[in-house]
Amino acid sequence: MIASLKWLQNYVDISIPVQELVTRLTMAGLEVEAVRNLDAQLQQVVTVRVESIEPHPKADRLHLCQVADDQRTYRVVCGAPNLQVGKVVPLALPGARLADGEILKAVEIRGEMSQGMLCSQRELGLGDDADGVWLLAPDTPVGIPVAQVMGDGDVIIDIGITPNRGDCLSIIGIAREISAICGSPLRYPDIALSEGDADIGSLSSVTVDDPVGCPRYAARIVQGVKISGSPAWLRQKLEAVGIRSINNIVDVTNFILMEMGQPLHAFDFDRLAENRIVVRRAGEGERFTTLDAVERVLFADTLLICDGRNPVAIAGIMGGLDSEIKADTTRVLIESAYFQPQCIRRSSKKLGLRTESSFRFERGVDPAGLVRALDRAAQLMVEVAGGEIARGRIDVYPHPIEPPVLRLRVDRTNRLLGTRLKSSQMAEVLRRIEMQVKETDSNCLEVVPPLFRPDITREVDLAEEIARLVGYDKVPVTAPQAAVEAASFDPHLRARQEVKFLLQGAAFFEVLNYSFIAEESIQRLRLPVGDPRLSPVRLMNPLSEEQAVMRTSLVPGLLETVRYNFDHGNDDLRIFELSKVFSAIGGADLPEERHQLVGAMAGRLIPDPLYGGREEVGYVDVKGTAESILSMFYLEGVAFAVDEAAPYLDPKMMASVYCKGEYLGCLGRVHPEVEEAFDLKRAVYLFEFDFDRLFNLRSSRPLFRPLPKFPSVTRDMAIVVDAAVRVQEPLDYILELKEPLLELVDVFDVFKSEQLGAGKRSIGYRLVYRAADRNLTDEEVNAVHQRLVDKVLGKFGATLR
Amino acid sequence: MEESVQELLRAARRAIVEARRDVKALEQIRVRYLGRKGELTQLFKQLAGASENDRPRFGKLLNEAKLQLESGIAAALGQAKKQEHSGKEQFDVTVPGRSPVRGHLHPITQTALEISRIFNWLGFETVEGPEVELDYYNFEALNIPRDHPARDMQDTFYVSEDVVLRTHTSPLQIRTMEKRRPPIRIIAPGKAYRCDSDVTHTPMFHQVEGLMVGENISFGDLKGILTIFVHQMFGPDVGLRFRPSFFPFTEPSAEVDIQCVMCAGRGCRVCSDTGWLEILGSGMVDPEVYKMVGYDPEEVTGFAFGMGIERIAMLKFGIDDLRLFFENDLRFLRQF
Repeated sequence: MIASLKWLQNYVDISIPVQELVTRLTMAGLEVEAVRNLDAQLQQVVTVRVESIEPHPKADRLHLCQVADDQRTYRVVCGAPNLQVGKVVPLALPGARLADGEILKAVEIRGEMSQGMLCSQRELGLGDDADGVWLLAPDTPVGIPVAQVMGDGDVIIDIGITPNRGDCLSIIGIAREISAICGSPLRYPDIALSEGDADIGSLSSVTVDDPVGCPRYAARIVQGVKISGSPAWLRQKLEAVGIRSINNIVDVTNFILMEMGQPLHAFDFDRLAENRIVVRRAGEGERFTTLDAVERVLFADTLLICDGRNPVAIAGIMGGLDSEIKADTTRVLIESAYFQPQCIRRSSKKLGLRTESSFRFERGVDPAGLVRALDRAAQLMVEVAGGEIARGRIDVYPHPIEPPVLRLRVDRTNRLLGTRLKSSQMAEVLRRIEMQVKETDSNCLEVVPPLFRPDITREVDLAEEIARLVGYDKVPVTAPQAAVEAASFDPHLRARQEVKFLLQGAAFFEVLNYSFIAEESIQRLRLPVGDPRLSPVRLMNPLSEEQAVMRTSLVPGLLETVRYNFDHGNDDLRIFELSKVFSAIGGADLPEERHQLVGAMAGRLIPDPLYGGREEVGYVDVKGTAESILSMFYLEGVAFAVDEAAPYLDPKMMASVYCKGEYLGCLGRVHPEVEEAFDLKRAVYLFEFDFDRLFNLRSSRPLFRPLPKFPSVTRDMAIVVDAAVRVQEPLDYILELKEPLLELVDVFDVFKSEQLGAGKRSIGYRLVYRAADRNLTDEEVNAVHQRLVDKVLGKFGATLR
Repeated sequence: MEESVQELLRAARRAIVEARRDVKALEQIRVRYLGRKGELTQLFKQLAGASENDRPRFGKLLNEAKLQLESGIAAALGQAKKQEHSGKEQFDVTVPGRSPVRGHLHPITQTALEISRIFNWLGFETVEGPEVELDYYNFEALNIPRDHPARDMQDTFYVSEDVVLRTHTSPLQIRTMEKRRPPIRIIAPGKAYRCDSDVTHTPMFHQVEGLMVGENISFGDLKGILTIFVHQMFGPDVGLRFRPSFFPFTEPSAEVDIQCVMCAGRGCRVCSDTGWLEILGSGMVDPEVYKMVGYDPEEVTGFAFGMGIERIAMLKFGIDDLRLFFENDLRFLRQF
């Protein structure tokens, strides 16, 4: 809501400095978002007349314009489509400060010097209109600062109005708040209208078919008006708050809209068939052309204002093209109505049409005040357009809206707020915002809010009004009285944090990607037809196809991140993400959300120019990382297997991870086709875990084992076997033999060489023997070790190296 | 015996001098005389063969000789080691250190952890909930009916007519109160979504919701808890103010502004010259919300609050572009 300080001062005296006013408004819940001092800001913006327009020699969409005030001529480059010779427009000269804070300079645009800039309202910070250059009234003098056109010395205050405060969407509404905050009285405008002899009842009638959608409809008729431009005072008021002047009649309706917050509509009375108004619901699919010349298809619940035959306006939203005020209009019917907020909101949403009018009706206008607005509009129309007001007004209001009668308990309100206010203080504060207050007893007030405050329906709403007007800063800061209770800590959340810390310690960077991705990016994973990951939950209104579905896997996002970093020179990387994936569950209201943990590694193993080498990360690094993650959960029976569970991994270098037959995840090198599909210029290794399953299979930490009292004895077993024998096989076999003295087996050496022969490889196992109760002798160990060696050699057809 | 001892001592002293502060040679001398098979050790063995009369005298003699030799060698060794070390080449200490490579948690995670730490410490338990949420929990139960202008405050992603991506973490208020009875003290960190994407909005972002419900919890208590939070998060000298606002699920409602951390409240670009930065929304839980979860608004009161983690991270770390959070450029992440 844009308010002009000068306009506000018509209704309330403001004796405090603007800065103080701004703070007090903000602290009363009317957040001031911007303050513009027109004088200071617009000195370097002057009015000029357009003298000629020529095409720019080097740019199709730009023009070279000659503009002049009474002394000088300027050449400016301008791209606005609405420029015409003879129009008066604002020219910002070098040094002017525009609304975005930029200081204007003379610049060359595509080879042509521009000595200034022709501005829109938005560019000057004087309104929301950004459609082309701001065309000023033709009789505006040239060569004067725009500030003068707007009214000297005015300050424009832009206030963010919360949805509950429809009553503040007007100058008087804000003046009323200022009056309540500052204590100076509010002056409503005097309404004194002189009516003519013609009785409105004989001229027209209003039928309301839908009293739910339209609880009140009032109208007046002014005859014999002459349409012309508005007088300067009216134009200035509207322009100060960013509304374009149209003609005297429409300007009056907009003036009342801004002044009193009541949207009005002026119909050309002679263009209303049968000279009457009918308020009814539209038929589904009914068509209607609004005054922006758009034909709209209506819904069954759209409320329409009609004449004797056809619709003439979409109630509360926008008038029709056919009945708008035209140059030859002489008789005007003014509508001032109260439409049901929900009804207007629904229609406005469905039609995708929002106007100043619908914005206010949605929030609730003053059902009592609308007749004052109607009378004042009629009076002003006669003032600016001549003519005569028909006698009386039509007012269809079958069921007057009653304000609630509220009980305010003083003690409870103080308890809620943490204050110690007296009932008289509360009463005084509420009276300042026009509530009727009766003190029924020392602890209870009976309060009737005014009808322009539909947001006040309960005791607690009054508590807020009291708190904000007394000042939130006056409420003492206290510590809650609560029993000491330990906040329990969700073990799943803790496990997630621990995994993150583990990976941080392992040199991984945590990344966060959007939960929505392009469906196409899942298709790049080579998943087989029917894989549930190919059927993601879809958004009805995505911002773009790139963000259209909820991710069923973190892998695409992770690979995109890898590519982004490759493209930005970050070639050595270790990244991970631990977030949710979403899968649709047939029959359930909501998709299933599971946590997934994925990581990627690429580039050099030690990215250090001095101590690092050329060695790159590989399968063993991603596996080692996966193993240390697994080790956090104390799983038993973890097995790695080559299978087709993760088709986005290279089948020659991947493993699926299982625990007790359950699939936990996978790891390995990204499949060459997937690397290509994601445009990855170098090898990338991945690990992926179903975190929730990992968590659910976890065991508790094993108990402490006493440190050994006797020394261990180590023996190596280096065997040459067929290259097809997996490293794990002899190892598992040795363990299966359950030699009681064997404590540990490690792999210490794996290699191939010509000497070993083609198809052979050497694997070295290191076996550690220990007895819990004595020193082992060499003889004892040798015997045990030899037995194991013989068995392994026999089992795998191996030889000793 | 006496003579052999004297002879041995003389020879040993000579050897020590000849060793010329050579550490190795001195060690050899120690072995030669004092080792297990050393010369002096041999003399000790002869003690057993000495007569009863001589034995104490010889013993004393040998012990004295041993002490003399030991201290002599030790002194020479000490000197020798000192000399050897002083002759060592000076190591170039400016050579780069070989660090263990360190990873980094995302600044959003770090900020969320810090916020959680403060509230956990105040007895607020962390809870979580679904990100794809029923319209009921996201709006209806929070007193935001379908045809209410308050729905315009949040641009919503829809999955179906009744299912949305949660636009805030506030559904956790309802989900928690449905499951538990007061007293309640929770926070709920997590992702939220709004279909809005520009310089100051990303379609996904993070929030922390808070809720405290019990008997006689007042607006003053809300101010108390959030003041503790701000002082823990931004420092005890940072000023804050509570400003009336509107949220459908709280009444009264308050925005919390902190003094601008960039300019200490003097006014700058970051705070649009106001000196204040809005960091969280809060308020007393609206009675309508209690009715939705079957609480009696006459019996319980409480407050709720919610804050954007990105916003707080930006202020904490001085980040000026929201979009950096989701680009995941390692050069950005490395800084936290």
